[in-house]
Amino acid sequence: MLRQIEGSRAVAEVVSMCRPEVVCAYPISPQTHIIEAVGRKVKSGELAPCEFINVESEFAAMSVSIGASAAGARAYTATASQGLLFMIEAVFNAAGLGLPIVMTLANRAIGAPINIWNDHSDAMAVRDSGWVQLFAETNQDAADLHIQAFRLAEEVSLPVMVCMDGYVLTHAVERVDLPGQQEVDSFLPPYVPRQVLDPSEPVSIGAMVGPEAFEEVRYLAHVRQLQALELIPEVAGEFAEHFGRPAGGFVRPYRTEGAETIVVAMGSVLGTIKDTVDALREKGTAVGVLGITSFRPFPGAALRDGLAGAKRVVVVEKAFSIGFGGVLSTDVAMALTGLSIPVSTVVAGLGGRPIMGKSLAAVFVDADHGRLGELTFLDLRKDLIDKELARMADRRRSGPTAENVLRDAQSVLPSLT
Amino acid sequence: MTDDAPAIARAVGTGARTTPGDSPVGQPVKFYQVGSFAAGNRLLDEAHRSVQSTLGRTNSLTSGHRACQGCGEALGARYALDAAMRAAQGRMAVVNATGCLEVFSTPYPETSWQIPWLHSLFGNAPAVATGVAAAYRAKGRDDVRVVGQAGDGGTVDIGFGCLSGMFERNDDVLFICYDNEAYMNTGVQRSGATPPGARTATTEAIGREPGNPFGQGKDMPRLAMAHQIPYVATATVAELHDLEAKVEKAMSLRGARYIHLFVPCPLGWGSAPHDTIRLARLVKECGLFPVFEAEHGEVTSVSKIRRQVPVEDYLRLQTRYRHLFGSSEPGGSEGRPDIVERIQRIADANIRRLGLLDETLDEGPPPDGSGGGLSDRAAAGVL
Amino acid sequence: MDKPFAITLDPGSSLANHTGSWRVERPVYVDRLPPCNDACPAGENIQRWLYDSEDAGYEQAWRHLIEDNPLPAVMGRACFHPCETACNRGQLDEAVGINAIERFLGDQAIMNGWHVEPGKPGSGKRVLVVGSGPAGLSAAYQLRRLGHEVSIYEAAEMPGGMMRYGIPSYRLPRDVLKAEVDRIVGMGVELVVGRPVTDILELMGAGGFDAAFLAVGAQQSRNAYVPAGDATHVMGAVSLLSSVDAGSPPLLGRRVVVYGGGDTAMDAARTARRLGATDAVIVYRRTRERMPAHDIEVEEAAEEGVKMKWLSTIAGADQGRLVLEKMELDEHGFPRPTGETEELDADTLVLALGQQADLSLLSGVPDVVIDDGVVEVSEDMMTGHPGIFAGGDMAGPPRGGRVLDDRTVTVAVGHGKRAARSIHAWLQGVEISRPERHPLAVYEALNTWYYADAPRTERPRLDLARRQSSFEEVVGGLDESNALFEARRCMSCGNCFECDNCYGVCPDNAVKKLGVGKRYAFDYDYCKGCGICVEECPCGAIAMEPELI
Repeated sequence: MLRQIEGSRAVAEVVSMCRPEVVCAYPISPQTHIIEAVGRKVKSGELAPCEFINVESEFAAMSVSIGASAAGARAYTATASQGLLFMIEAVFNAAGLGLPIVMTLANRAIGAPINIWNDHSDAMAVRDSGWVQLFAETNQDAADLHIQAFRLAEEVSLPVMVCMDGYVLTHAVERVDLPGQQEVDSFLPPYVPRQVLDPSEPVSIGAMVGPEAFEEVRYLAHVRQLQALELIPEVAGEFAEHFGRPAGGFVRPYRTEGAETIVVAMGSVLGTIKDTVDALREKGTAVGVLGITSFRPFPGAALRDGLAGAKRVVVVEKAFSIGFGGVLSTDVAMALTGLSIPVSTVVAGLGGRPIMGKSLAAVFVDADHGRLGELTFLDLRKDLIDKELARMADRRRSGPTAENVLRDAQSVLPSLT
Repeated sequence: MTDDAPAIARAVGTGARTTPGDSPVGQPVKFYQVGSFAAGNRLLDEAHRSVQSTLGRTNSLTSGHRACQGCGEALGARYALDAAMRAAQGRMAVVNATGCLEVFSTPYPETSWQIPWLHSLFGNAPAVATGVAAAYRAKGRDDVRVVGQAGDGGTVDIGFGCLSGMFERNDDVLFICYDNEAYMNTGVQRSGATPPGARTATTEAIGREPGNPFGQGKDMPRLAMAHQIPYVATATVAELHDLEAKVEKAMSLRGARYIHLFVPCPLGWGSAPHDTIRLARLVKECGLFPVFEAEHGEVTSVSKIRRQVPVEDYLRLQTRYRHLFGSSEPGGSEGRPDIVERIQRIADANIRRLGLLDETLDEGPPPDGSGGGLSDRAAAGVL
Repeated sequence: MDKPFAITLDPGSSLANHTGSWRVERPVYVDRLPPCNDACPAGENIQRWLYDSEDAGYEQAWRHLIEDNPLPAVMGRACFHPCETACNRGQLDEAVGINAIERFLGDQAIMNGWHVEPGKPGSGKRVLVVGSGPAGLSAAYQLRRLGHEVSIYEAAEMPGGMMRYGIPSYRLPRDVLKAEVDRIVGMGVELVVGRPVTDILELMGAGGFDAAFLAVGAQQSRNAYVPAGDATHVMGAVSLLSSVDAGSPPLLGRRVVVYGGGDTAMDAARTARRLGATDAVIVYRRTRERMPAHDIEVEEAAEEGVKMKWLSTIAGADQGRLVLEKMELDEHGFPRPTGETEELDADTLVLALGQQADLSLLSGVPDVVIDDGVVEVSEDMMTGHPGIFAGGDMAGPPRGGRVLDDRTVTVAVGHGKRAARSIHAWLQGVEISRPERHPLAVYEALNTWYYADAPRTERPRLDLARRQSSFEEVVGGLDESNALFEARRCMSCGNCFECDNCYGVCPDNAVKKLGVGKRYAFDYDYCKGCGICVEECPCGAIAMEPELI
């Protein structure tokens, strides 16, 4: 059923149709609308049986989910940014215990300085936690990925994080084709836990493992991710068949045929990039796009296949590893090992900075001409940086850089304040 | 339990509280020498016998665990969980915070637990327990009861946020704190439950105020009471029947319940392994650890001191307090009787506040706020 | 369940980890000798019959009791209960009222007509017992149970010896004595009264006796030289007491002075009060602390108005007046005369300076050694003459045995039992084997926390007015409920009574419970040797031993 609906609401609708039995709520922008909407359904009785628990922190949200999942319930929660970091110990723990929790991550920057707007720093911070991380490009995508997420999680017994860009998607009202309850039910069977806290079979879950077996445990977790890697296209295929539209999978190529420069990115920015590519193609620049849906497990082979024909790769990413550079681009470069395809990193959209098509086009053209450096910060305001660097050189002492820069910027982005 | 019942009826009454409405106070219940102080009593009817005296006890935590010799926590866990298992008719799951109890019970490839058991993290056991309870409720299996448990660090410090949330939501979880008054698993560091004067690895017995400073720490049972939850109780491993009755009472209720169980730690306290129960007995008898019950924020019963002792009797058995006592060696230290006296005043205040002695039942605090006769007497003993 | 590797484990799998290897000391269950048993001159297994009594198994208790003592109703009145003096509970609150329970059991037996079968089939051996006091009756009873034919020859007209002629009826009612004697006779013991024995060897030969046990007691009052004129009536305490028992009390007058400080002196003075003496005064040459009389007797005498004069001797008597000389204690605690005198009115002077045995029946018996008025006996209670044994007040302490300076009913009963067992062995030509005594269960080994607070039940006492005017029994008995209560005050010192504490307190579940009556066993596979079970055992029945590595 097609509906004009806010991204958060669309996700809430779909999640509810997945019949979660325990849902934890702790408010943090920009995730809050999702959990509010699910809560409303539980309170009204529309979603039942379901325990909706207003917890005291994100740490508790993930912890309650761990308990619920271990006791055999389908557990769901949502968070963002600082919230994800606050629960990070439990995030790792859920993966370590192999509990198939599904969580929406409404991607948002991490402070300090505190910033509520979108980037991918939060998702990248838990990259190594053992969770499956899927990135949505559109709200339709976000809705569809959640249905697949529960299937995937429960089949491989791993937690799955569906990442959707904060505000850009969560708060955007778009047309979304929502499935019916019966459709979802026939795609997603009831949760049958692999291991469960049950008096009839009293196991101990969460043992202490020492050096004698820890490496093996970690290796087996990796094996599980590899199993997920096999399962992701399978589920995506089944989904397409069942719901009549494609969603999920590893990567999504766009106009990569004959492209000398292929842009790699994740999330909603792919829309802007595709528009830019369309425009550049019209001008004769051989640019294509490869969107990544599954960041963990990382589809190295699919990526290598998709990029093999390119002369260069530009990774546009909304996060970076301070003191080093790109995060996603490192993985992409690894996937291209031995192919002599240079990889450039373009860091863009940090803290909600709008990614303008014009700016992207300039970068892609530079790339096409072999002028793009290894690491580029899109639309970086050099004037502000230079001023602060000069001041730092002058004073030779540390100070509140962020405040200084903001003062100098004087409403850098009036549209967002 | 009435306070004016004859001594023997009183002894039996502790066990008899397990069957409200069938109070044997004043009834000729056979007590056989030890009343209900010892674990067993072959002349009591089945319902009044302790779980620990029965052949059929669960042994929730069974042999082969790696707890130190004389571990109070291992003992307390079996006491409490076996009682809970009886109350839950075997349908129960336990969530355990990180800590000694978790580490010594479940090192791969062996577990000592014979009940469904889940360990997640140090600070989240109450929340995980909430999740387990929520799952059972959602699945229509709320006959399966949920117990969360942690040491004092996992309860009063790192787990406090989750615990407070669990309490405040009145989630259907019995949470048990095994209080051994410091972080023992990591090597005896101070926690918010470490008592003043006690030496730990992070509050060494040096300087002008040796050991843990006065005026710090959390009174967790009272914090629990402040949440107005249905049931809060304190207990020690020295009074098995009392502990079992409290667990059973807790299990008869729904919602958030809290039991704060005092468990001596020979390693961390520098006490003899065989003194574990003795110390638990002395801490209650000197008044430092009041044993009581509260419902919905109000104290409903206290366990009276039976053979009062000065705090010194309790402190002297532990090397964590060694610096408080002088040495008889030539040139040895004089100790710190002033600190012992301050600790005695804490005990005296507990005794006054909760009426732990029969004769203090109807007395208010003395108008001058002083320690009163008790502390004077104790001080005389110390000096 | 599809359990993930290492993270999820099977229940109870730690049983594979034998933590017993950590141990440097191991707990072991022990049995220690309870102080009551240790102190009982009759060798009663007191703790055992208290145990039986605790769940109202009175007949069982009584049957255990009379294995060692056939006179519990008598003993429950006449014994000065050293068991209670030794009782560990005395250090906690008050000693268990063992004597009262013994009496209760004895009275229950009389009331319910419980009796004893002779026991083993006839041995064909005949044993002569001379004297029907506590030692003689005890020996006869034990010998009968061992299957021997027994004849008791008693010089007096009634059986009982000093139980009848030395203990007034207000302490020991005669129907109680009769009932217990009758029960022994009822076992097939021949009792011949009014037959003094003058020549033991001749009687043994004539009667075809294989062995003899002599227990004629010490009936003759010791005399002290008191220069007395005719007008003062002087008599012995034993003759006073026996004439009262025979129903022909002497005329004592209003003022009676009793000379001596033993139990018999007390009984004489108390009897004088009951016979109408307004003044009954005990004169004793030492202090109260050095008086041989038991405290309870002194207390009861004082309650009944008996007055005491310490540190005094009688220097002379004439015309109803005694001259007393004051004494003082020297540096060794011995009394010495001061030369200071005072006078005291007395219609009768009763001498209670101790009794001695009439050993004339042994004259001419070879190898018998008599020293200080008593017969020397071996550890087996045998005199120097083979086949002739002796006990009770006429015998010295058995060689090698513990010296009990008391001449009491209880010591006599113990002698009788010991002698009977020795005679039995001697008749069969075997050595008697005596098991080694267990180490004593001292108070420090107990953990008294576990015993319920339970103050002692006092027996009712006859009111004073009636005590001063009648021979009614002074001390009443316990009823069933308080006898039960009192029995349950026993702490079972040194012997496991299955309180389950060790089973409960082990942090390692290393104590196995073997079922009712079977106690417990340690599971050394898991016991880490922490010692909590030892510390928390109420009765001290667990000990720590070094681990042999």
